[in-house]
Amino acid sequence: MEFDIGVFLQQLASPDYAKGALLSVGVAVLALVLATAIGFALALGKTSGTRWAQATASAYIWFFRAIPALLVLLIIWNAFPQLFPILRQDWFSPFLAAFVGLGIVEAAFMAEIIRSALLSVDEGQYLAARALGMAPAKVMAKVILPQVVRIALPPTGNEFIGLVKFSSLASVISLQELLTTAQVGVNITFRYAEYYAVAIIYYLAIVTLLTLAQNAVEKKFLWTSRKAPTRPAPAQAEGTATEGAPA
Amino acid sequence: MNSQLIPGLGPAPARPDAPVLEVRGLAKAYHGQSVLKSVDFSIRRGQVKAVLGPSGSGKSTMLRLMALLEPADAGRILLDGHELGGLGARGKPKPERALARERQSIGMVFQRFNLFPHLTAARNVALGLTAVKGTHHRDAHDQAMAMLERVGLAHRAGHYPSELSGGQQQRVAIARALVMNPTVLLFDEPTSALDPELVGEVLKVMEDLAEDGMTMIVVTHEVRFARRVADEVTLFDEGVIVEAAAPDEFFDNPHHERTRRFLSHVH
Repeated sequence: MEFDIGVFLQQLASPDYAKGALLSVGVAVLALVLATAIGFALALGKTSGTRWAQATASAYIWFFRAIPALLVLLIIWNAFPQLFPILRQDWFSPFLAAFVGLGIVEAAFMAEIIRSALLSVDEGQYLAARALGMAPAKVMAKVILPQVVRIALPPTGNEFIGLVKFSSLASVISLQELLTTAQVGVNITFRYAEYYAVAIIYYLAIVTLLTLAQNAVEKKFLWTSRKAPTRPAPAQAEGTATEGAPA
Repeated sequence: MNSQLIPGLGPAPARPDAPVLEVRGLAKAYHGQSVLKSVDFSIRRGQVKAVLGPSGSGKSTMLRLMALLEPADAGRILLDGHELGGLGARGKPKPERALARERQSIGMVFQRFNLFPHLTAARNVALGLTAVKGTHHRDAHDQAMAMLERVGLAHRAGHYPSELSGGQQQRVAIARALVMNPTVLLFDEPTSALDPELVGEVLKVMEDLAEDGMTMIVVTHEVRFARRVADEVTLFDEGVIVEAAAPDEFFDNPHHERTRRFLSHVH
């Protein structure tokens, strides 16, 4: 059996794959939003001076770093509806279960990223903001968070790529995401090479778009008044050059 | 210089001799190590006081306690006779929000500038107005520009801290503190982190402020600045005040052996 370029192109254009890719990205985006929210709370808990907050955050991080994401998805989708009747209704979809499950697992990892970003903000920033008379919430929102975002952005991009791929785990709870779409096609036609190749193309496209988006966002965090050079320069080189020149 | 822009020139106090900022019996220890041992210190409106002393003598700690950035172990801080910091109702430490309000009256300039790296010079200066006083953005920008003009940096308003020299960063930091219209401005070794050739531009700004009547406490190693600008010079050592006198007397005729020894090292 040869690689049938016709089958490959036909599948590449099929709405099934596009829909699967959209589901994968959707699960990853929502899971990341949830993970960032929980992770921020965990990071604040861990860096706070309060014993019980530290203990709670540490316990969460310990637990969800240990449990495989696949097991969490199976528990949420299969075990929880048995325990909680309210989850037996229609609104409890595989999509919802997938992003919540991946989100609460990912939160344990985001917590560490955000915590180390919080710790890397200079103590003098808190002092200067407080000396101006800013209330604690303002200090965090106006002074600390922008600096945390800049530091946490690159590792968060990595986590997002991981989540896109982890979304394939949701096939076990019957979510028809990207990899499941390919697998279903393979089960019918046995054209492994063509169907998997289409999946590769889609994953590459997703991660490429994400990388471009991340570069664009990181440019916003260069904190320089210098205009972008008029001559075309590789984005990467420009970024490192400017970042490498703090006073 | 437009004197209307100079803060600290509010209505005259009821008694012109009364100190505007006063600490009594101020004490602080870190990890059981006593850094400040029951210090009394006060300053009148429009005065400039220079504080000298070896590192670890407690002079910077006094400033941090005065700025309410850390709680004192003992003692009182009085601003125009009103107690700052300390204990609130029912003897509990005041909540951070209440302290934040009180801090508005006391400006602080740090050794390492501590400008906000994600904001331009103008927005560094304007942030206190918008985030603390609720000033409208446009109004805050105008006031920030006026303050940058005062420290000679209006032309750098759109630049980020990483694009400014150390001296320029410290001048922006002074403008940032000044724009809040503080009653007293505290300087914690404002030129110690600067390259020697950048010290002058910062001291010049501070001298102008002093001439315009700003109430200032300056912890510094700049002996010549202390002599020229200060109304009184104080020497700290091992958590206590060793000597406090007018500059001429302090430098030419020090009473204490410790002061003579200190001056022999810095002169």
